Amino acid sequence: MSKRNPEYDFQWCPGCGDFGVRRALQVALEGYSAEHEEPQANNVVVAGIGCSGNMVHLVEGEQPFGIHGIHGRTLPIAFGVKMGNPKLNTVVVAGDGDFLSIGAEHIPPAANRNVDITAVVMDNGVYGLTKGQSSPTSAFGAITTSTPFGKIENPVSPLKQYMAMGVTYIASYYSSKPRDLAKVIQDAMNHKGFSIVHVQSPCTTYNDTYDILKGKPREGIAGLAYDIPEDHDPTSEQAANDLISRPGVPLGVVFRAEGATLQDRYDSLKEKAPAKSNEEILNSYLLKV
Amino acid sequence: MDKKDFVIRFAGEGGQGLVTSADALARAAAQAGYYVQTHSTFPSQIMGGPASSQVRISTTPVLSSGDGVDVLVALNRYAYDNHNQDLNHGGVTVYNAEEYDLPEGGNYFGIRADELAKSTGNARAANMVTIGAVAHLIDFKLAEIDNFITQRFTRGRDGDAEIIEANIKAVRLGVEVAQSSGFSVGTLAAPTKPDHEQIVITGNAALAMGSVAAGLDFYAGYPISPATTILVWMEHNLWGEDRFVHQVASEIEAINAIIGAGFAGKKAMTATAGPGFSLMSEGLGLSWMAEIPLVVVNVQRGGPATGLPTKSEQSDLYSCMHPAHGDIRMPVLAPGSIEECFYAGALATNWAERYQGPVILMSEFGLAERGENIKKPDLSEISTESRNAYEGTESGKRYVSWDGSTPLPGMPIPGGNGAYVANGSEHDEIGDTTHLPYHHIRLTERRFKKLDLLDGAHYEIENADADTIIMPWGSSKGPAREAYERLREAGENVGWLYSVSLHPLPQDVIDVLASGKRIIVPELNYLGQWSSLLRMEGYNAESITQYTGLPFRPADLVDSIKERLGAGATV
Repeated sequence: MSKRNPEYDFQWCPGCGDFGVRRALQVALEGYSAEHEEPQANNVVVAGIGCSGNMVHLVEGEQPFGIHGIHGRTLPIAFGVKMGNPKLNTVVVAGDGDFLSIGAEHIPPAANRNVDITAVVMDNGVYGLTKGQSSPTSAFGAITTSTPFGKIENPVSPLKQYMAMGVTYIASYYSSKPRDLAKVIQDAMNHKGFSIVHVQSPCTTYNDTYDILKGKPREGIAGLAYDIPEDHDPTSEQAANDLISRPGVPLGVVFRAEGATLQDRYDSLKEKAPAKSNEEILNSYLLKV
Repeated sequence: MDKKDFVIRFAGEGGQGLVTSADALARAAAQAGYYVQTHSTFPSQIMGGPASSQVRISTTPVLSSGDGVDVLVALNRYAYDNHNQDLNHGGVTVYNAEEYDLPEGGNYFGIRADELAKSTGNARAANMVTIGAVAHLIDFKLAEIDNFITQRFTRGRDGDAEIIEANIKAVRLGVEVAQSSGFSVGTLAAPTKPDHEQIVITGNAALAMGSVAAGLDFYAGYPISPATTILVWMEHNLWGEDRFVHQVASEIEAINAIIGAGFAGKKAMTATAGPGFSLMSEGLGLSWMAEIPLVVVNVQRGGPATGLPTKSEQSDLYSCMHPAHGDIRMPVLAPGSIEECFYAGALATNWAERYQGPVILMSEFGLAERGENIKKPDLSEISTESRNAYEGTESGKRYVSWDGSTPLPGMPIPGGNGAYVANGSEHDEIGDTTHLPYHHIRLTERRFKKLDLLDGAHYEIENADADTIIMPWGSSKGPAREAYERLREAGENVGWLYSVSLHPLPQDVIDVLASGKRIIVPELNYLGQWSSLLRMEGYNAESITQYTGLPFRPADLVDSIKERLGAGATV
C-alpha cells in the first residue's frame, strides 16, 4: 500500500533497495522543481515493468505525472513525452531487465539523439517480480530459477555499454545513501542531454548483494562500492574509461559531456525547413490549367 | 463513336521511367480537363525487375484501374509477353524496336524512341516520343501535350526554350511513327472541364494532408513500403511552432513515442504496413488501456510476414480490429478513394481526441501510391477537435466510471492539474495498479462505451430494398462501384452499402445489415475477413475474394456477382 492510496496493494519486500531509490527520486524531483521554480506537475516519471516499475505509484508527496507502460519501452515513451512538450522534466525508472535486456535496443538511439531525459536504472541482477530468474547483470555461473545449473551467458557491463553508446551523462551509485543519490539524480536532471544514473539496488529475496557492495568493515572485508576519487575528471573520456575498467562499483559521476540536445538540433533545422501553412502545402498539389 | 475512357499501360523494368511516362500523360490529360487515375506495380527493388505503370483517362471520375488495356507500351520482350493478354479488343501494343522485334501482322508496331529522341538533340525526351505515339492512337489533342510540356519545362533557367522545343519535336516524331503504322484505338471524347479547382495527389499524401488539416502536430515513423511516403511527407511538411517529426529506430519506438506524445498533449500519428503494425501490437494495447489519443495508419501490403511489399491486398482487417491481446476492438476507418483518404486522415485525428484513445486508419498499396485529380478540399470546412483537458483541481479523476450519459470527462495534461499515472496495468481512478474486480469491470465498460462517441464518417446506402446488396470496404470500393453500376444498367436489382468506418458502424448501415438482406463483400483476401466479421454479428454476409496481389477488375466482379445472384444464398 502507498501512503496516498490505501487501496493500492503492491509492496516491495522488506529491505528492498528500491525504497532507498524512491526516497532519493522524491527528494530529487522536489529539489529540481524548487530549483527551477516549476510545479511538481511538470515532472513526468515513465516506468517500465518489474518491481522497479511500481516506483511511479509509490513516490510520496505532491504527485508528478506518470506513465506505467509496457516492458522495455521506457525510453521511446519518454522521448515522445519530452519532444511532445520540452518543458516537462522527464525521468525514466527501470530495472536492469527492463532497461538492459528487452529494452536495450532503445539506449543507442536515445544516446544518438541526446534527448534531454534522465534514466534511473535500478540494478539488482535478477528478475524479482517473476521470482528470481537470471537477468543481464547476473554473474556468469549464477544459479537462478531459470539457470538451475548455472548461467552460461556473460553478464553485461552497463557502464561500459553506456560509454560506448555515447551517453552524455553517466553516474553510478547504490541505494544505501538516498540523500547522496538524490543529489546525483538532480544533477543528472540538470544535465542537458541523455543522462543515466545506474543504481545498485539489491533484492533482499533473490539476490542480496548488500554485503558484497558495502563489505563488512568490522570483519575487515572491503566492499565493491567505492567513492570516485576527487581528482577524477568526468569530462575526460579517457579518465571515465579507465575508471570503469577497474573492478568495483564506483559511486559518483563517471562521465559528462556538453553538447547539443535533440531539441537544440531540431531548432537549428527550422531555418532550413520553414513552417508552411496548411493552405501552402495543399496548393503545392494544385493542378495548373 | 467517341470513347469515354482509355487505359494506357507502360510496362518494362524498374528504372525505365515507366512511372514518369504515366504521370506525364496523366497530368497532360488532367490539365486538358479529363479525370485520371494512375496505378503502378513493381517489385520491391529500385532498379530492374518487371514493373508497369498505367493511367486511365476518362471524361467522368475514374473509379478503378479498369478491366484491360487499350494501349500497351512494352519496353522489353518480357513486358510484351506478360501484358499482351490484358489488351482489350481493338487494343494496340507499341513495342520497343531497339530492344526486340515481333513478327509482322499483329496488332502492334515498333518504335525506336531513344534513337528518335537523340535526333531532337535531347536524349532524355524518349518518353515524349512514346507519349506522342500514344496520343495519336487515342486521338488526344496535341496542343494539350504541348501545353503540358511548356508548363513543365518553364523553370526560369537558361535552356528552357531548347528543352521545350526538343520535347515537342519528340512528340511529333512519335506521332509520325504511329501515323505510318495505320493503327488507332478510337477517339477520346472531349472532356467537360470541372468548374472547381483541382489537386493531383496520391492516397498517402492526401491522408497526410488531411491529418495535418485537423491539427496533427507530432509524427514518428519508420520506413516501410508502402507507408514510407507518409514519413517522407511529414519530414518535408510538419515543421513550425509546436510541431515535431522524426524518423525513429523501429516501429516499436514509433508507437511508444506517439504514446508519450499523446499523453503529453499532442495530436500524434505514425504510419506503417503489416510487419510494422504487428510490432506495434503491444503499444496499441497500452494506448487502449491507458486511454491515450493517437492515430496508427496501416497502409496494407500483401501478407503475412514480409509478404508482398508492393502489391495490393486487404488482409490486415482482423489485425487492425484486434491488434493486441485482451478485450480490445479498435475504431477502424478504411477510406476507399483518394478523396476519402484526405477526410479520413482528418477524422481519425479528431476521433482520437474525442474519445481519448487510439484510432486505426487503414489504407492499402493500391490507394497509397496511385495518383488522381480530385476537387481541392476546402480547408476551412475541416473541423479540428481539440483536446478536452481536465480543468478541475483534484487528482484521482482520470479514470472515473463513465456510462455515456454525460460528456466524457476531460483528460489531465502534464504540466496542469489532475496528475495521474497512465497505466497499462488495470488501474483505479488515479491510475494506480489494482486487481479488484470492481475496477476491471467498470473500466472495461468505460473503454468500450467510449466508442459510441465516434460518428460522422462517410457512408453510402442505395437501393437497400434489393434482395442482394454489394458492400465493399476500403480500396475495393472503386471496382465494386463500377461493377454495381454496370449491373444496375444491365437490369440487375442489386443494392449498395458502403461505410468508411468499419468500427463502429453507423446506425443507418447497421439497420440495412440487420434487415437480413444478402450482403456480398468483394475483398482482397483469402479468409473473407469483413464478411466473417459481419457474420459474427449475425448478418447474412458472404465474400467474393481475390488474392492475386492486384486490385479487382470490374468485369470480373460483374461476372462473379452475377454468378452469385444465379446461385441464390450460399452462406
